[in-house]
Amino acid sequence: MAELVLQGVSHSYELARGASAVARKKPPAFALRELDLRWRDGGAYALLGPSGCGKSTLLGILSGLLRPTSGQVLFDGKDVTELSSRERNVAQVFQFPVVYDTMTVRDNLAFPLRNRGLSSQHIAQRVRDVADALELGPALDKRATRLTADEKQILALGRGLVREDVAAILFDEPLTVIDPHRKWMLRRKLKEIHRQFRHTLIYVTHDQTEALTFADEVVVMSTGAVLQRGTPEELFLRPAHTYVGTFIGSPGMNLLPCQLVTRDAQVWAKVGGHELGLGDGVRAALAQRAGESPRLELGIRPEHVTLEPGDGAAGVPLEVTAIEDHGRFRIVVGKLGGEAVEGGPLVVKARLPGGEPAAAAVGQTVRVRFAADRVCLYEQGHLVAAAPLPAPPPPSLAAASDAAEASP
Amino acid sequence: MIDKTPNNKAWLFVLPMAMLVAFSAIVPLMTVVNYSVQDILGPNVRVYVGFEWFRKVLRDPELHAAFLRQLLFSFSVLLIELPLGLGVSLLMPRRGWAVSATLVVLALPLLIPWNVVGTIWQIFGRTDIGMGGAALTGLGVDYNYTLDRVDAWLTVLVMDVWHWTPLVALLCYSGLRAIPPAYYQAAAIDGASAWSVFRYIQLPKLKNVLVIAVLLRFMDSFMIYTEPFVVTGGGPGNSTTFLSQFLTRLAVGQFDLGPAAAFSLIYFVFILFFCYVFYTVVNRIGQG
Repeated sequence: MAELVLQGVSHSYELARGASAVARKKPPAFALRELDLRWRDGGAYALLGPSGCGKSTLLGILSGLLRPTSGQVLFDGKDVTELSSRERNVAQVFQFPVVYDTMTVRDNLAFPLRNRGLSSQHIAQRVRDVADALELGPALDKRATRLTADEKQILALGRGLVREDVAAILFDEPLTVIDPHRKWMLRRKLKEIHRQFRHTLIYVTHDQTEALTFADEVVVMSTGAVLQRGTPEELFLRPAHTYVGTFIGSPGMNLLPCQLVTRDAQVWAKVGGHELGLGDGVRAALAQRAGESPRLELGIRPEHVTLEPGDGAAGVPLEVTAIEDHGRFRIVVGKLGGEAVEGGPLVVKARLPGGEPAAAAVGQTVRVRFAADRVCLYEQGHLVAAAPLPAPPPPSLAAASDAAEASP
Repeated sequence: MIDKTPNNKAWLFVLPMAMLVAFSAIVPLMTVVNYSVQDILGPNVRVYVGFEWFRKVLRDPELHAAFLRQLLFSFSVLLIELPLGLGVSLLMPRRGWAVSATLVVLALPLLIPWNVVGTIWQIFGRTDIGMGGAALTGLGVDYNYTLDRVDAWLTVLVMDVWHWTPLVALLCYSGLRAIPPAYYQAAAIDGASAWSVFRYIQLPKLKNVLVIAVLLRFMDSFMIYTEPFVVTGGGPGNSTTFLSQFLTRLAVGQFDLGPAAAFSLIYFVFILFFCYVFYTVVNRIGQG
């Protein structure tokens, strides 16, 4: 168990391969641009990003399978950049389950300890403890090939847990090959294991649900750079970058070009000719803004959009173009009425609770309202103003949400 | 039953292949079966003899000797070529231009027609003008494959190793390349030694490839004909007369079509049987 720190780490596969002088004429491509990151001891973290964003590269650098082009990797303050995976004492669970086919489950678990020359008594004890924790006990004498995919993945995790002094356990999209209904069980097991052993866990995935349910803190990456790190709540309510806004959430955040106008000594956001009110929190944040550009983007989560019947006076007209019924919720897609804007009509999505009779039908025009306090404003992709996070919920509520998550 | 339209059109698609197989395999095989139960005295004179030829062939001491020789040869080939091929494949480069270079060099013996392979070694082994033979003689080794049984045997064996080890190596190499890198990474993280990586990752993952290599090399070496025929002609004495050569002598040399046909069938059934047993046993082991 350790605190993991990356200092000025970057990586280029071209440079690592020692590309020829000819190829080096153009600047080398960096899979990972220079970044600093710190993971506290005992935390559960997720690295979230689309394929090719550099998250697996980052994981390889942590595990010692890759040597960074620049920068240092520190475990508990000790520089381990030059150390091999074995010397770093990390464990890794790969995308598809890696087990030693010809060995039994017991031998698989004992393998990392035997390689380190520990006494057979100690090994037997550790194997038993870990097998109990992972509920692999009954399968100990089975051949590893006989396990199902999710059991194999548990076993691969076990090979990491079995080492008492393991600095961190790294997961590289470990649920990719697992059946959807087993995924949920495995994810719960990972959380249990984390509560029990308090290892530093780093979990790489491109699946936002996995990242947000697993981790205390999520690092969102895109094209080799970190866009935001924060709790799931922060990522949801205050995305630091429009990319985070659209990547997280289903559907992602609505983004609309807007201009700031001042009327009645207050700032309003003008979207497609309509002036929209902003919450106090947003206005307070805007007042502290350094930049002057009036051309911004307004971000609003579909969850924070409400629809009202078309004859109401308040709100902006929205022509409904599609409705997706997901059962538990309904996505209403529409075109915002008003002045024509460059690049076609402004599309807004609203996520409304399901079950009730539909508030709108395709072709109808309804009035749309944005929750003024949940509006985020972006300048060139970066967040410039948003309301602060609400105060943390009372403990009873937190427990309730935990319980809700525990049901499939 | 579920409603399923019966559709016999599929037979039309199978028919051409069935015809082809019939003419290329079944009809010739039935001819052999036909011969094996008759004594053919002349073009139109034949007598049904039942299993007489089978009995005769199975009791032939010359054939027993050829059979043992054949078994010894095939097992020597397996014993040498498999570990050697596996070893070569482990040492082959994994990236860069060296990969293509190695593959081409390794594939060369496989591209040479078999009788040319025989000719190459026939000349290579000659003590007067052959590089191998002359070199051995120059070193003071008493080597002559046309006179000495052991020398003839070794020459044929070394020739087969030269000719076919590359096949085993290429098979193993392709198997090694198919192992996902995550296995090696996991082994590195688990602190496995090079031997453990070989024993617990590479060897198990190569199992299927090795089974194919054993089957191919066993069948091929068990039917070896051209190369020893060109190099030694089966001699000196009968020391390098293997089964197929024995058969040819019987069928073409002495024109004993009946016994030759009977023996062909026994030969065929034996290879089939061995491969079946081997395959089954290996699969049983695989399932633990």
